[in-house]
Amino acid sequence: MNEYKRISPSKRFLINIVLVIIFIVVGTLLTGGDSLSRASRALILQIGIYVILAVSLNIATGYLGQLPLGHAGFMAVGAYSAALFWKATLNMPTPVSIVLGLIIAGLIAAVFGIIIGIPALRLKGDYLAIITLGFGEIIRIAIINLSGITGGTPGLLNVPKYSSFLVVFLCVAATIAAIHFIMHSRHGRAILSIRENEIAADSCGVNLTYYKVLAFAMSAFFAGIAGALYAGFQGSLFPKSFDFMASINILVMVVLGGMGSMLGSVIAATVLTALPLVLQALAAYRMVIYSILLIIVMIFKPSGLLGRYDFSLPGLIEKWMNRKNKPGKEVANE
Amino acid sequence: MSELVSMPSPGRIPDRDIDKSPILETHHLGIKFGGLVAVDEFNVMIGRTEIAGLIGPNGAGKTTVFNLLTNVYTPTSGTILLDGKDTKGLKTYQINKRGIARTFQNIRLFGQLSVLDNVLIGLHNSIHCSLTSAMLRLPAYWKSEKVARERALELLSIFDMQDLANNEAGSLPYGAQRRLEIVRALATNPSLLLLDEPAAGMNPSETSELMENIRKIRDMFQIAVLLIEHDMNLVMGICEGIIVLNYGRIIAKGPPEEIKTNPTVIEAYLGRKKEG
Ligand SMILES: Nc1ncnc2c1ncn2[C@@H]1O[C@H](COP(=O)(O)OP(=O)(O)OP(=O)(O)O)[C@@H](O)[C@H]1O
Ligand SMILES: [Mg+2]
Repeated sequence: MNEYKRISPSKRFLINIVLVIIFIVVGTLLTGGDSLSRASRALILQIGIYVILAVSLNIATGYLGQLPLGHAGFMAVGAYSAALFWKATLNMPTPVSIVLGLIIAGLIAAVFGIIIGIPALRLKGDYLAIITLGFGEIIRIAIINLSGITGGTPGLLNVPKYSSFLVVFLCVAATIAAIHFIMHSRHGRAILSIRENEIAADSCGVNLTYYKVLAFAMSAFFAGIAGALYAGFQGSLFPKSFDFMASINILVMVVLGGMGSMLGSVIAATVLTALPLVLQALAAYRMVIYSILLIIVMIFKPSGLLGRYDFSLPGLIEKWMNRKNKPGKEVANE
Repeated sequence: MSELVSMPSPGRIPDRDIDKSPILETHHLGIKFGGLVAVDEFNVMIGRTEIAGLIGPNGAGKTTVFNLLTNVYTPTSGTILLDGKDTKGLKTYQINKRGIARTFQNIRLFGQLSVLDNVLIGLHNSIHCSLTSAMLRLPAYWKSEKVARERALELLSIFDMQDLANNEAGSLPYGAQRRLEIVRALATNPSLLLLDEPAAGMNPSETSELMENIRKIRDMFQIAVLLIEHDMNLVMGICEGIIVLNYGRIIAKGPPEEIKTNPTVIEAYLGRKKEG
């Protein structure tokens, strides 16, 4: 029997880097010129933002194995932080202001992630879902009541529209890369081990407290960045955009795509964001379509469309190199 | 509760370990669950390179002892000295870092992860790579991952499992899952390895192979092993010291020849219909 040929981890890394560069170049070229209508540009930006939201929620649901229902809360924290920062730093060089705003948004959201992550250590399943749901609502109500700072219900207006294609593209690529890299290191494996078996993880020397809080913080950090991009895309912020339904929307994407699959989240975020905009006539039935899709997927493929499968170009090349071999049941490693 | 004889804590440890301090010493260790005294006055001493057995009828409190030693349960009385140091107040993961690794009676693998990943998680604390190095894939990441992967495959080769590295752990046959749990525990670099019924569900040839491997592991790593087992051939075959537990209390301890002929043990355990 032939040896199963493998691509070394560093070559896999190079292949992935090349893939990302091609993606960014092609994306920028496609969207940069006048070839696209205003509506399609807006759609692409929105997809990018939702992709970040879905892959970030996936850290807490798919990888850590918890079910938080307040993701829009972290997004809101990021959105308002960035918007206020940008409004206050209009005389700063724009690129500096953009980068600082994104980082601040992520960090402040991460602090909230840690605050919510600590009680989450003691709670599981339904209880965690309820506490995070409450958190999301508290954030929204706080925004309404702190109207002196946040503009309250009438909204925070005149936010600089910094979310260009390049900014959104780079954020999407950086988010996916960072999550992928962390998940394939000792830190990511520790998070997965908690999902798989908490008691065993503990007895293998994994610090449960640290890694649960880390997963929540990471999840919130990237949601905060998505929030910032949302602020720079809309140009105005209203508390009602961050209600319970917004959290559910993101959760539906993750569940549909397959919890624990980054590609699944990306595809589901793309399809579900594009669907109502492309099929304008059906926009009113969005929630009905979501529900039906969800029911169908849960009946025929409860683990989501892609389950835990993650796309890997090196993996495919490897399969092709070994097309004459029939290995046993393999698990994707990268 | 009145005691006729106060139980002296030291047991016997193998001659070769006698000049070294014991790896584990417990004094008056005990736990109550509500009214139930699950373990009481558990006093043992285990030598640096000893293979010791913990036996007793079902429900005797054997697994509970493991849970006490690893602080999964907080003892209601007594002290545990690991390498001479009290482990009171440590969390389970900290006890692992201090040197106790274990397997579980009802297998607890990371079922949906690969065999390799299971072992890499065992190596968690010996991989030196910060979150930043991981996120930016700095040289420290590549180096530590490479070393860890090689080490993981080396450990898997003890049980000749290196070719299964990319298989899903949960899809392995039962015996292989038990072996993988041992490899994962070894990966944490323990000085005391606790095995909870390692031969459960194995056929006789697998069991005798396992016996050989437990000996091999002790010799290779120079560590102590404490194992719970119902298979008397295995226990009598490899254990140098045996502790017999009944209703949460030690009713005998000593070398296999003594245990085999001890009337209390025979009555409480060996004399009864053999339990699986
Ligand atoms: N968390 C707990 N809460 C209450 N009682 C418990 C708990 N854990 C164990 N017990 C009780 O302690 C006693 C000892 O259980 P243990 O699992 O240690 O037995 P064992 O010797 O390992 O048995 P077996 O050979 O069947 O594995 C049993 O009566 C059990 O019901
Ligand atoms: Mg038991």
